[in-house]
This record gives sequence, structure tokens and C-alpha cells, in this order.
Amino acid sequence: MSVAVTDSTTPVDDDVPRSIDRGLPASDRAFFAGARVVGALVLVLTGSIGLFLFLQLVPTVHAYGFSFFTQAAWYPTYRQVGVLSAVVGTFEVAAVAVVISVPLALLTALYITEYAPRWLRGPLVSLVDLMAAIPSIIYGLWGFFLLMPRAEELARWLSAYMSWIPIFKYPGTDPHAAVTLTSVFGSSAAIAGVVVSMMVTPIACALMRGVFDQAPIGEREGALALGATRWGVIRSVVLPFGRSGIIGGTMLGLGRALGETIAVSLILSQSFTITIHILQRGSNTISYLIADEYSNATVGQLRALLAAGFVLFGITLIVNMIAAVFITRSRSGAATEI
Amino acid sequence: MTMTPVAASAQPAPVEADEDRPRKVNAATADDRFSFAACFIGSGALVWVVYDRLLPFSGAFGFIVCWYFAFLAIYVAVTAMSQPRPIVVDKLAGAVVQGGALVVFFAVLSTIVYTFVEGRHAIIHLNFFTQTMKVTAPTAPLNQGGILHAIVGTLIEIGIAVIVSFPLGVGTGVYMAEVGGGFARIVRTVVEAMTALPDIVAGLFIYTVLIVPPISLQTGGLAAACALAITMVPIIARTTEVQLRIVPGGLREASLALGTSRWRTVRMVVLPTARAGLATAVILGIARAIGETAAVLLTSGESNFLNLNPINNPMNSLPLYIYHGFSSGETLAKERYWGAASVLLVLVLVLFVTARILARPRSGRS
Repeated sequence: MSVAVTDSTTPVDDDVPRSIDRGLPASDRAFFAGARVVGALVLVLTGSIGLFLFLQLVPTVHAYGFSFFTQAAWYPTYRQVGVLSAVVGTFEVAAVAVVISVPLALLTALYITEYAPRWLRGPLVSLVDLMAAIPSIIYGLWGFFLLMPRAEELARWLSAYMSWIPIFKYPGTDPHAAVTLTSVFGSSAAIAGVVVSMMVTPIACALMRGVFDQAPIGEREGALALGATRWGVIRSVVLPFGRSGIIGGTMLGLGRALGETIAVSLILSQSFTITIHILQRGSNTISYLIADEYSNATVGQLRALLAAGFVLFGITLIVNMIAAVFITRSRSGAATEI
Repeated sequence: MTMTPVAASAQPAPVEADEDRPRKVNAATADDRFSFAACFIGSGALVWVVYDRLLPFSGAFGFIVCWYFAFLAIYVAVTAMSQPRPIVVDKLAGAVVQGGALVVFFAVLSTIVYTFVEGRHAIIHLNFFTQTMKVTAPTAPLNQGGILHAIVGTLIEIGIAVIVSFPLGVGTGVYMAEVGGGFARIVRTVVEAMTALPDIVAGLFIYTVLIVPPISLQTGGLAAACALAITMVPIIARTTEVQLRIVPGGLREASLALGTSRWRTVRMVVLPTARAGLATAVILGIARAIGETAAVLLTSGESNFLNLNPINNPMNSLPLYIYHGFSSGETLAKERYWGAASVLLVLVLVLFVTARILARPRSGRS
């Protein structure tokens, strides 16, 4: 720069480079502004819902005390308003759903990526996606009419021969009795969980399949070249590579299972007892509580329901955030190191 | 193992003209197929004798479960007689994986088939699609009344919800993917958080804000559409962002290098490239919303007459019709709501197939 000054005949001021950035054209400014406005609008809309729900906690805890979280029953007329049985039931139903659907989703994903003939893969992927698109009320009807009569028999068998496992125990009934009313084994958290698993499986399966598909071809071929069987490839390449995807899919499915309403309310009959015996008739979930109680709730009770909804939202949010961490990891390639 | 079409080369054939065809390495040998079939039949027979005849059990479900496990055990034993351990494990894993997948596919297909089987009584009547339940008692025979009001209600509610949520969702997705910046990160965090909002809570929110006194909107189509839109906006926004991020950066840079403005780049390059993926995502979102019951249950009210006005009077929809029919416990109502479930399933299937067709050219071209 200093050399240029001494040689130059022009004044020093003219040497400052001309700014070539003429700013954004008007159309871009409008585009950015418009996009920002839409983004802000959605932020306000959705954010205000979360905030609104959160703010309902304050008057609810104020009105019903901390027993809102520790009280099992929801009898607003007796000023007993608690979400504990609903929270426990929500987790029981979701746990049954996840325990059933995750192995099935894993096996289905493995079948589609590793075992199915090539021409069959496309249709099977579509079938799994379709499974996710079938309305939950149809699963509810399917569960009530087709599954429940059979599941009652299975539940009776489980409580008869497996009752040494505490969760399969059914206190107060004799499953060996000559004549049993099998319907006492219906409408339980376990059956609701089985129905919800139908909705969880495709979500978990789609994610797992996507991750398994990305398992590096070089390492697959390496394993095959070392003499691995098909299962050997799966065990040593596909599953370690897809570990994050499996956990992410499980959590994503769990998030879905926690919020499911209609299928559960078709199956379940409400009861406020807190029990680990999942075969017992009657249970409760937060979403079922809301669907059941909203119509004849006073303003204060509505607030309590919204607070219960916030509890559900909070649980789902945490689960989804954990899922997001694992899904991001499964896509970043961090899992390639075995 | 049995799925693979087996070529004639499976057996160690004597030297012939087709010898230079490569052997299928994964194809089942005659030994494989025979032991599979024998184990299948043998375990079935064994379970039939033990389970059905000797032990005091019955029922098709238990029979199939026992058959499957007996099959696994015998199959392992038979394979272990001639094969080393890794191959036994491989065969067992294959049988388990295929069994698990079979259970899932059977469950989906049974759901679809069962819905149509139960709905067949109602959907063969033309009046089921052209009449409402306004003057028909739930106990009336199936050649009277229909679910026109529920079909129309579903279409109106979904229509409004899509009109509201599509621009908002796609706009937010474009903002998050194409504009970016610190504020966009906040928007993304909140939008991702709101995808976790359970549908019933969205319905309860709309119920509390719009229907309970201060605003006192009537329960009906508009409130239901708002609840549906709330659940759809975050999902559409997020899928839009994902689809836009798949668009290769080179395309954007090429467009910008030609001196195009950012807006024209988005409109002429990015969005058309992502169109098929976007359409698929949105249609699947609609398919999901069409069957959404929880949000609608709290907001739309129940009606048995045709209502084209979303603001006044309750408006029925297919999922809600099914739900209330189920709750009523009427026998003829049962055939009607199964019919409605079939119609709902057909709608979902049509949307689903449309989404598949739209998605196809993209995968074919690239």
C-alpha cells in the first residue's frame, strides 16, 4: 500500500477500494423479512402454548397443593386432584409398548435391510410407512375387537403360570378356577400397551432401518471376506454401527407411546389404583384422564387438567430430546468406530 | 433362506454347459430347504400332539407360539448335527428375524383386512355415502342414513387446517433452512420442542383458550381445524427443513454465482428440487391428521347432520363418528362405525399412494 502511494500521481484518498457490496436487493430484503415474520409468528404461537401450559401449574399447585403430584385419585368434587396414578399408568402402558415394539421393530428393520430379497424391500418399506399412517382409532378398534379376546386368554395364562414375576401377578383372582370371567383380564394396561406398540413399531422401525442402511459397505464386505455369516455381519458391523439409531428409535417410539390417547381410551377402563400388576383390569394415563374429564370440568379443574397436560408434555419433551441426541449421533458418523 | 428363489445350480451338478454361471452364494442348498421343511412340519406335529392333545391347553394363538418355539429348538438341533456353531447361530438368527418381521407384517395386514371385513356391511350401501344420520336412529337398518356429514366434516376441518398450517409450516422451514441466524436457532429449538406436544394437549389448549367463556367460540369445525393446525405446523416446519437440507449446496451456489438473488434461488432452485420430498412429507402429515381423534374430540363437538359452516354448530368427522359410535355400544352403530373406519382407511390409503407416486420420480432421477 505504501509503495503504491509513493508511485501514484493520484491523491491518497482515491485509493480506498470501492465497496462492491451493494447490500441485498429489495426482493431479498422482503424475503428475509417475510421469512423472519413467519418464523417469529410460529415461535410466538407454539411458544405461547408451552408457556400457557406451564403457567397453569402455578394456580393448580396453589389450589390443590403439592399433593397434585402425589395424589393418585382425580375426584374433583372431593377436591382430590392428583396425577400420580395417571403418570404411573402412562409409563406402564408406554413401557409395555416399548418392550414389545422395540424387538419387533429391530427384527423388522434387520429383515428389510439384510434378509429380504431386493424386489421386496421397496414394498416392505412402504408397508411399514403405511403402518405409521393408519389412524390410531383403527388400531384401537382392532385392539378391542380382534386382539382383546385373545389377549385375555394370554393374560390369564400369564397370571396362572408366570405370577412368580411380580408384574404378572393378579391379586384377588384365581386364574386356575374352572370358570373364570376372562373379561377381568381385559382392559388392562398390558393390553393397551400391546395396541400402542402397533403405533410405536413403525416409528422405531423406520429410524432403525435408515441407520442400518447406512452401515458402511466396506466393513460389511470386510466381515464377509473374513468368513462371517449373514448373522456375523449383522452382529459385528450392522448392530454396532446402528446402536445410536436403535436407542434413538426406541426413545422416539417412547415419546409417541406416552402421548397416545384414543387407542388407549378405547381399551382401558379407568381406575386410580397405583399398581405394578399390569394385567389387572383398569389403569389410567394422563391423556386418558384429559379425554375423560375435560367436558365437565370447572375453570379450576380445567387448569389442573392443563397442568397435567404440561406434565405429559414435559415428559414427552425430555424423551424426545434424548432421542434427538442419539439420532444426531447416529447420522453424524460418530458411530463408525467400532 | 426359503425366500431366495433357488437356481438349479444349488446342487453340485455334474459338469455341463451352464457351468460358468456363478453360483449363488446365498442360495439355500437342498439340505437347507429339506431340513427347514422337515423341522417346520415336525415341530407342528409335535406341538399338535403335546399342546392340543396331551396338555389341557387350546387356542390357535398359543398353538402358533408353541409351534414357533418348538420349530426354533428342533431347527437348531437338526442344523447342529451337520453344521459348525457359527452356522447354527446364523440359521437361528435368520429364523428369529424372519419370524419377528412376519409378526409385524401380519399385524398390519390383519388390521387393514379386518377393518374392511367388518365394514363391508355398511359400505356396500350407496346411501351410506350420500345421507346423514339427521333423521335416522342409530338402530335403523343400514339402508337408511349414512356418514356424509362425517366425511364432509373431515374434509372441511382438514382443508382449513392445511390452509392455515401449510404456509406457516413451510415458511418456517424455509426460514430455518435458508435464512438461518441466531433467531432461527431459537425458532428451531421451540419448533422441535413443540413436535413433542401430545395431540390431546393441543386439543385441550384450544378448548381452554377458544371455547371456554372469554372467547366462547362454538365447538365446531374451526376450533377443530385450529387444534389440528397446532399439531401440524411444527411437524411440517421440521420436515420442510429436513427436505431443504437434503438439496445439494452446489445447486444453491451455482444459482447464486449466476447473480441470482437469494429469494429467486429459493423459489427457482431449492423449492423445485425439494418439491417431491415436500409434497410427500405434507401428504403424510395430512394422512396423520385425518385420523387424528384426540384433538378433534375436545374441540369439534358431535353432530348427526350435515354442517358446512365451520363457525356455527358442531361438525362431526370420521374419527369422531367412530369414537362416539364405539362409545354408544349399539349393534347397528357398530356396523356403521366400522364402515366409517373403512372409509377413513381408504382416505388414508389414497393419500398414502399419492405420496408414494409423488416421491417416486425423485428417487428414480437421482
